[in-house]
Amino acid sequence: MDHADIRGTFFIECEDLMEALNDGLDRIDDSWDTGADPETINAVFRAVHSIKGGAGAFKLDTLVRFAHQFETTLDALRAGRIMPEPALLHLFHRAADQLSDLLQAARTGAAVEADNSAALVRELAAAAGDEDATSDADAEDFGFVPMALTLDLDMDAAPLPEGNRRYAITFSPLRGLYSCGNDPCVLFRVLADLGQLEVRLDRSRLPDFDALDWQESWLSWELTLETDEPEHQIDEVFEFVEGLCTLEIRLLSDTPSPTDPGNPTAPDPGAPSWDPPAEDSTPPSSGTLSAAVPTASRDNEKSSPPRATVRVELDRVDRLINIVGELVINQAMLSQCVQDEGVPPRSPIRTRLDDFKSLAREIQESVMAIRAQAIKPLFQRMSRIAREAADIAGKQIRLVTEGETTEVDKTVIERLADPLTHMIRNAVDHGIESPEKRQAAGKFETGTIILSAEHRSGRVLIEVRDDGGGINRPRVLDIAKSKGLVPEDAQLADEEIDSLLFLPGFSTSAVVSDLSGRGVGMDVVKSAIQALGGRIAIASEPGKGTTFSISLPLTLAVLDGMVVDVAGHTMVVPVPAIIETLRPRPQDVHSLGAGEQVVAIRGSFIPIVDCGAIFGYRSPVRRYDSTVLLLVETGRQKLCALVVDGIHDQRQVVIKGLENGYGRIPGIAAATILGDGRIALIIDPEEAVALGSGDPSLNPEV
Amino acid sequence: MAVPRTASDLREIVAFRIGNQEFCLDIRSVREIRSWTPTTVLPHAPPYVMGVINLRGAVVPIINLAERLALGALQPDTRHVIIIAVIETQIAGLLVDAVSDILTVAPTAVQATPRVGSEVTQAFVRGVIAMEQRMLRLIDLSAVIPGVGDRDL
Repeated sequence: MDHADIRGTFFIECEDLMEALNDGLDRIDDSWDTGADPETINAVFRAVHSIKGGAGAFKLDTLVRFAHQFETTLDALRAGRIMPEPALLHLFHRAADQLSDLLQAARTGAAVEADNSAALVRELAAAAGDEDATSDADAEDFGFVPMALTLDLDMDAAPLPEGNRRYAITFSPLRGLYSCGNDPCVLFRVLADLGQLEVRLDRSRLPDFDALDWQESWLSWELTLETDEPEHQIDEVFEFVEGLCTLEIRLLSDTPSPTDPGNPTAPDPGAPSWDPPAEDSTPPSSGTLSAAVPTASRDNEKSSPPRATVRVELDRVDRLINIVGELVINQAMLSQCVQDEGVPPRSPIRTRLDDFKSLAREIQESVMAIRAQAIKPLFQRMSRIAREAADIAGKQIRLVTEGETTEVDKTVIERLADPLTHMIRNAVDHGIESPEKRQAAGKFETGTIILSAEHRSGRVLIEVRDDGGGINRPRVLDIAKSKGLVPEDAQLADEEIDSLLFLPGFSTSAVVSDLSGRGVGMDVVKSAIQALGGRIAIASEPGKGTTFSISLPLTLAVLDGMVVDVAGHTMVVPVPAIIETLRPRPQDVHSLGAGEQVVAIRGSFIPIVDCGAIFGYRSPVRRYDSTVLLLVETGRQKLCALVVDGIHDQRQVVIKGLENGYGRIPGIAAATILGDGRIALIIDPEEAVALGSGDPSLNPEV
Repeated sequence: MAVPRTASDLREIVAFRIGNQEFCLDIRSVREIRSWTPTTVLPHAPPYVMGVINLRGAVVPIINLAERLALGALQPDTRHVIIIAVIETQIAGLLVDAVSDILTVAPTAVQATPRVGSEVTQAFVRGVIAMEQRMLRLIDLSAVIPGVGDRDL
């Protein structure tokens, strides 16, 4: 592992730490009025501390300086010197955002705005009630900061007065300390850096050679340290060996220093403490140990027990997914061969083959699950978006997330970020009313946006729900009319008005704000969702709020496809796009202009697009007697009937990209491999319809 | 694939036949040789793109090399073979009449393509190799395979 690798690992760990940090802050948010849980504050503190430590090791000074102040202020909160008020928590969130930006910048080597950092450092310092904290921070030697990965619950937060103090330290390693590769000498050396150190070895426990168990720890040390550093600096030295030794730190020439109740230090210096296996362990020592152990376990519980995970390169997973896809196709081909050979259905070979089939499916599903990730990081990003948007809009927003553990394909998560950002901003900007309006309407001043995810019947349902004023339908209709999106005399149902929001070029905000309305509207959101094979719906109740629901496929690697025949070519149409299939009656088909034809379905006329013609397989058919029409909905809110010659089957198909081998083909989304080993092209209904209606931008000749 | 002219080592080439002409490719750009399998036709593809085949799960376009070199379209049947060639990260299959030989040549054996009228020849033939009584035309893969040449621009 070279330096770059370690650095890479550090940034990956930082992602986890940032997650823990944001998590913790959210938990404090939820419980600030009832009093924040100290363990949560500790977890937050530790996350910042660990980032600082790592950053120090890589000499990321900007990051260290910022993290240091953040940590100091958190420490004040931890010590109870400041209270977790909403304003402070808001500051913490902003600091966390900044920390995340700094990390990102450090990772990519990009420059960050120093002003922002400096301003936040000042605010943090002010919040900690520590006016000269920044100067302290500058004076401190950051190079020293260790990679702190363990917990340090017991730092004595109150700074001690200046001046040298003498500490008596009794240090008795347990055998576990050595087996973890720790070396007391290293600890002593670090201690010696803090001040004058005297070390005295206590080997009174060492048994005779015959009785010596060489694996046991027999030695202990009495140390005297004269230092002007605060006591928590000494604690920090022993941070890594906490739980692996019995440790007692006592202030000499003074009354014993006040220690936290949870401090795993033995109160009685006269009774050296020992490893529990040593049978004559004195009561104080066993007390010490049992005090230390629960502290650690309590801490783990709080930060929701980490499940064992393996980090794997995405490439490897994708390769595995590909191979398993092959396996499934191969299995299908094998089944077909067996069937073609005329093997009777109940023969052993067919039964075994069925087992093979279900196993292959199971493997495929499990492998797909590897790519699935909890949607939580995305949601955390959204809470930042909401916070920033609320600040700009001058609104009070609470973003509640539900179902964060819902797992979705990694690519889906990545490609969901932009549309979701837009939706959250929209909800803040247009959905939630101003505090005054809310008050007038008898609601809480703080608006709530609920972002939720759940699995529902093989798909993922994501909802953005606000408790705002709902869609102002008369206004939406007015705007649509003024922009010529609907005829002046149009009479639309509520749902139809709501769906006007998805029309290109629609923006309801009278003033184009910083947040939304940058020329991208909900139509962009809709097409992004559709590109993922998803659907978006809207529901709104005046005065109560608006809900946007997105339904997405679990993965982009497989697709529910309808296998159809187009002029003798086998093709696949994504099932989610198809609203219905029908065989047209000759009297329902009407010609419109030159060559255009429409079909009458329940009173409305729907344009017909012949797949065979648009793909150049044949000239457009004139008679639809033997054809099937697939009614599809396109992003432009239009229905269209795609003509195919027959429907073979409906099945899950594995999606294969065409771009790498050949390039994009208009009207074709991707390819797949069917049971006979042949490749079938997957039709992109949206593009196919656009091709059929002569959209010049998709002209293949261009 | 650019063939390093400075390499002093001998190179191996795969020689193949289209009609009565002989062509060749650096063996390092040839992944495998397969027999003809029917392709899935791609809509709106240029005439020399015969479609795509399933090569153990990869979607591989097949190029009718005779058509591409303006030698007249080859009507594929089971006697023909597909040379699976790799250029950069792209894989493509070349439909040819038959693979005739694998030969070892010195890099210096590659001569510049003699100036003839046909632009097609100039575009797709990188050079010629004299071998006994035969002339092997060294194919410029990046020009033959669609997409790669365009991407370089």
